[in-house]
Amino acid sequence: MTQESPSSDPAADALHALSQETLWMLAVRDTRDKVAFAALFDHFAPRLKGFIMRSGTGSGQAEEIVQDVMLTVWRKSAMFDPQRAQVSGWIYQIARNRQIDVIRKENRPVPEELHADQATEPDAQQMLGLEQEACKLKTAIGRLKPDQREMIEKAYLGELTHQEIKSQTGLPLGTIKSRIRLGLEKLRHELKDMRSDG
Amino acid sequence: MAEITHHIPDHVLAAYATGSLSEPYALVVATHLSMCLECRANYEAHQMLGGAVLEMASTEALSGDLKTGVMAMLDTPVVPQPAHSRSGIYPGPVMAALKGRPPRWKSLGLGVRQCILTGNSEGSVRLLYIPPGQAVPDHGHNGLELTLVLQGSFVDETGRFDVGDAEVADQDLEHTPVAEAGPPCICLAATDAPLRFNAFVPRLLQPIFRI
Ligand SMILES: [Zn+2]
Repeated sequence: MTQESPSSDPAADALHALSQETLWMLAVRDTRDKVAFAALFDHFAPRLKGFIMRSGTGSGQAEEIVQDVMLTVWRKSAMFDPQRAQVSGWIYQIARNRQIDVIRKENRPVPEELHADQATEPDAQQMLGLEQEACKLKTAIGRLKPDQREMIEKAYLGELTHQEIKSQTGLPLGTIKSRIRLGLEKLRHELKDMRSDG
Repeated sequence: MAEITHHIPDHVLAAYATGSLSEPYALVVATHLSMCLECRANYEAHQMLGGAVLEMASTEALSGDLKTGVMAMLDTPVVPQPAHSRSGIYPGPVMAALKGRPPRWKSLGLGVRQCILTGNSEGSVRLLYIPPGQAVPDHGHNGLELTLVLQGSFVDETGRFDVGDAEVADQDLEHTPVAEAGPPCICLAATDAPLRFNAFVPRLLQPIFRI
């Protein structure tokens, strides 16, 4: 085999290039793989606990939230769509929702879930494109000045009020938005034709 | 078919994604996100940024038995909580706030009705039912006001708002939204006005508004 020979299966190559976390999550979703779940737990649970404790929650309550979040990851794995989300972003939202339910005793309103169309093949290039955007995003955060970076962290930890967020200039998310939009357009759902069936 | 033209501003989506928006506003945002592809993509981009922050969070050591406990619970059967699905013009988040039942309207006079969904000292959110040609009730608000059209349409000094459109007003905006001809305008409105039954009063229109 020479270097120039084209790959026989570009889709398989792209799947191979996905991050470890995505592959674990897909194994949990598609084959209920407990070994993969244990790997996800080892990766995310200590980070989740650190993340939750930073906003002032004690160790015991933080662990209760970590447990709820990780069980939700297992039970709702069918909702994970790698064409629209990274595992970390998906878990982030589950964690924030749970924190709000527990700490504010509010039932946080959530949007309707959008189900990936089972009939369509997952688009590996789309998944890979999203991962590349996630990498660029992490690099961009790493390059921020310390005070800017702290502001981003505070905002996403839920430590800033809406007014404080409004006065900050966030990171430019334009290319990520267009990439996620491509992923959303692959779904068949009611968002596309809200006004046509009214 | 017309596209949604009035969206949720990015700072409001960011506040919703990070969990710093109070429940009344969060309900309006969650409802718009159930109707609008563009804002859904923007919201999911904020989730991705939140995920990056989570990835970079410093780790905390876990109690020895936490993982064992979670692993042991994976096979425990759970009764899934019923998700409220869309019903007619009401998207899932509104149906959840209505606890799956149709709205119980209360008359405010002049054919205008309201159904309060939730409220506390920080604000309230309600459904409003405005017959064609009537004005959306007036009320005091000091900060953010979010209004989302679920049926019909209204116009005011800033433009025309059709199904799915969201109007974001702050205290600087003096506006008089009026329901257009056609089916009654039903919208979801969140304000920081405290929850009082008479917080909304129908306003009498000048005759310049014609149906
Ligand atoms: Zn929108």
